[in-house]
Amino acid sequence: MRIPRALLVSGAAMSLLLTACTTDVPDDDDAAAAGPAPDQEWFDPEEFERQLAQREITPEGPEDQPWLQAIEPEMVDTGEYRLEGEEAEAPTVCFSNASVSNPWRVTGWITMQQQVEVLQDSGEIGEFRVSDAADDDNQQISDIQAFVDAGDCAAIIISPSTTATLTPAVEAACESGAPVIVFDRGVDTDCAVTFIHPIGGYAFGADAAEFLVEELEPGSTVLALRILPGVDVLEHRWAAAQQVFGESDLEILGHEFTEGDGAQIKDLVTQYLQRGDVDGIWMDAGDGAVAALEAFEDSGRPYPVISGEDELSFMRKWQEEDITAIAPVYSNFQWRTPVLAATRILNGEEVPEEWVLPQEPVTAADLDDYLERNADMPSLHYAKFGGEDLPGFPEAWQDR
Amino acid sequence: MTRSAVRTAPGSLVREAAGRLAGGGSGTVFALLVLIFAVVFALNPSFAEPPSLLAFVKKAAPLVILAVGQYLVIVSGELDLSVGSLVGAQVVIAAALIDGEPDRTVPVVLLMIAFGAVVGLVNGLVTTVLRVPSIITTLGTMLVLYGAIRLWTGGAPTGALSEAFRQPGRGGIEDLPVIGQLPWALLILLAVGAAAIVLMRLPYGRMLVATGDNDTAARFSGVRVWRVRTVAFVLSSLLATVAGILIGGYAGVTAQVGDGLEFMAITAVVLGGVVLGGGRGTVVAAMAGALTVEALFTLFNQLSLPSTIQPTVQGLIIIAAVGYAARERTRRSPRSAEPQSPQPDTPMEPSRDGSR
Repeated sequence: MRIPRALLVSGAAMSLLLTACTTDVPDDDDAAAAGPAPDQEWFDPEEFERQLAQREITPEGPEDQPWLQAIEPEMVDTGEYRLEGEEAEAPTVCFSNASVSNPWRVTGWITMQQQVEVLQDSGEIGEFRVSDAADDDNQQISDIQAFVDAGDCAAIIISPSTTATLTPAVEAACESGAPVIVFDRGVDTDCAVTFIHPIGGYAFGADAAEFLVEELEPGSTVLALRILPGVDVLEHRWAAAQQVFGESDLEILGHEFTEGDGAQIKDLVTQYLQRGDVDGIWMDAGDGAVAALEAFEDSGRPYPVISGEDELSFMRKWQEEDITAIAPVYSNFQWRTPVLAATRILNGEEVPEEWVLPQEPVTAADLDDYLERNADMPSLHYAKFGGEDLPGFPEAWQDR
Repeated sequence: MTRSAVRTAPGSLVREAAGRLAGGGSGTVFALLVLIFAVVFALNPSFAEPPSLLAFVKKAAPLVILAVGQYLVIVSGELDLSVGSLVGAQVVIAAALIDGEPDRTVPVVLLMIAFGAVVGLVNGLVTTVLRVPSIITTLGTMLVLYGAIRLWTGGAPTGALSEAFRQPGRGGIEDLPVIGQLPWALLILLAVGAAAIVLMRLPYGRMLVATGDNDTAARFSGVRVWRVRTVAFVLSSLLATVAGILIGGYAGVTAQVGDGLEFMAITAVVLGGVVLGGGRGTVVAAMAGALTVEALFTLFNQLSLPSTIQPTVQGLIIIAAVGYAARERTRRSPRSAEPQSPQPDTPMEPSRDGSR
């Protein structure tokens, strides 16, 4: 009786270990991939080059209103959507939102609502009808269908939850005859009048990686912290970083998924520090950057060179501790642009077919400026939210 | 349980002592824990240094404490799925109410404890008085808490934790020779563990196990089953509150805090040989289960496995552990000559099902 049980126990333990060992093999390849060649699946060399070049192009449009700027816009005529007479008075604009499930989206959503208020006061928008799909593709498909069925949306704005699944729903919205505006994440159709987005993930990832390459000595070690696999904007960030790191003399220790959970980030970084030195941290989104920095504090190590994001908790820590850092930005002010685009389209004014908004990282040079402007904002707020001139500033963003 | 008393063979003295220490606990999980640590040390000798081990304990403490709470509920024959959401809610509440003001730390902690107790009381009473299965009750509570926090914060936590609030999870007694910092989290963990062991030796603990073993029999022998179970839920929620204080202290506020912790805790308890359905297993083994889960994830990290493998491993552990326990029971059941477990320190027992 006792022997088989002991066998069972050791068998179970062995199989656990063996499972660990077998899965180790592909991961070795994976770790190697952290070096020179990015995953082909997520790396489009042409788009990579295009985005890197777009960083250098001066955008057209008012300098003090980056949400109205556009990089190399190709304008399209929207005369067919122009509303006249009674229809033009306070038209209903409908917005299908993927979700407000993270602080970045919450910040943007507040900015959008404040912008809508301005447009409602001036009579350019009447009712602003909103549905929130809570990250559920099926929900969003039926939300969009409901807008189409209602038949009274003068314009339909869509922030898609995922790319491929939402494509038919966006096409159905286009077929309804109302002008469709897509922003943030894309879809596989160009039926929308305009697609609004910042430069993109490659530019974000490269901004961060280039900074680390510049600031660190050759041979230094870098740990990459990522949120989730398989999300295009995040994969592009990492693919760009792999490209940049591959051409550098930095040693990439590994890339880990953290789900943006501070406790996991801190634990992972602590473990890497137990194994050896970590000179730099690259992140695909900086929500948990402070937790990563605290791991260095608690281990009694000097701060690394780090890339975070324009989230205030990180920027405040950066200033307080005088860390060598950069905050790549996925322009949160893009949430203002779709409603402004809607009013333009309904006035028959032309808009860029692909509306590429500027996306500039916060650097040590403008850190103090952005922190001062956002001094009263909560820590999970994004510095480049672009709502300082809107009514309700700052209370609307504080009382979230 | 009294079964360890039947063993007197000299070769099993050590094991019996260990069994007594664990209140009749599971050998498997301790063996696994030692094995995992041996591999981790072999891979990375620096992990065996005291500061590294203490850093591990600091990270693991919240899960161990959650496992104690989950053990109390599971051994009484129920489940508590609400603890992950409760941890998340408590951290978000703390950040919003403290808002960086050190003076508010103590009142807010008291409020959190009260809130935890209320959540546990609701879970317990809905389960025992309204007779809603606990998997449904606590699933409901999990969703209510998750939704309420999102509704309240609009999806993103606000405010900030004070330094004082963060001390238990992050700080400790500093500048000690050899070990460096002795984390408060370790001391809190030891206190919770000791209290749990004592509790399980008190009449309440025995009633709890008896209730999980066979609540009809327990009721006939005078146990107020509804009260015993309700108290278990309250304790589970209070311990989740303690875990929330430690997690918030350890890593600060993020929107994802607490996500999935309920399943981590259940995995830990099951790995500790505690039988889902109640009545079997010890609290020390449940705590060891939590340490083992954390150690396993540390091992994966040392092997450079992607953290995306974690859910799969958790699932395998649950299936393997429950399957192992079930196999032990079915294998033994035909032998009526061996109604008693020959190994007092294992949690597997002949089925409590009267038909076998």
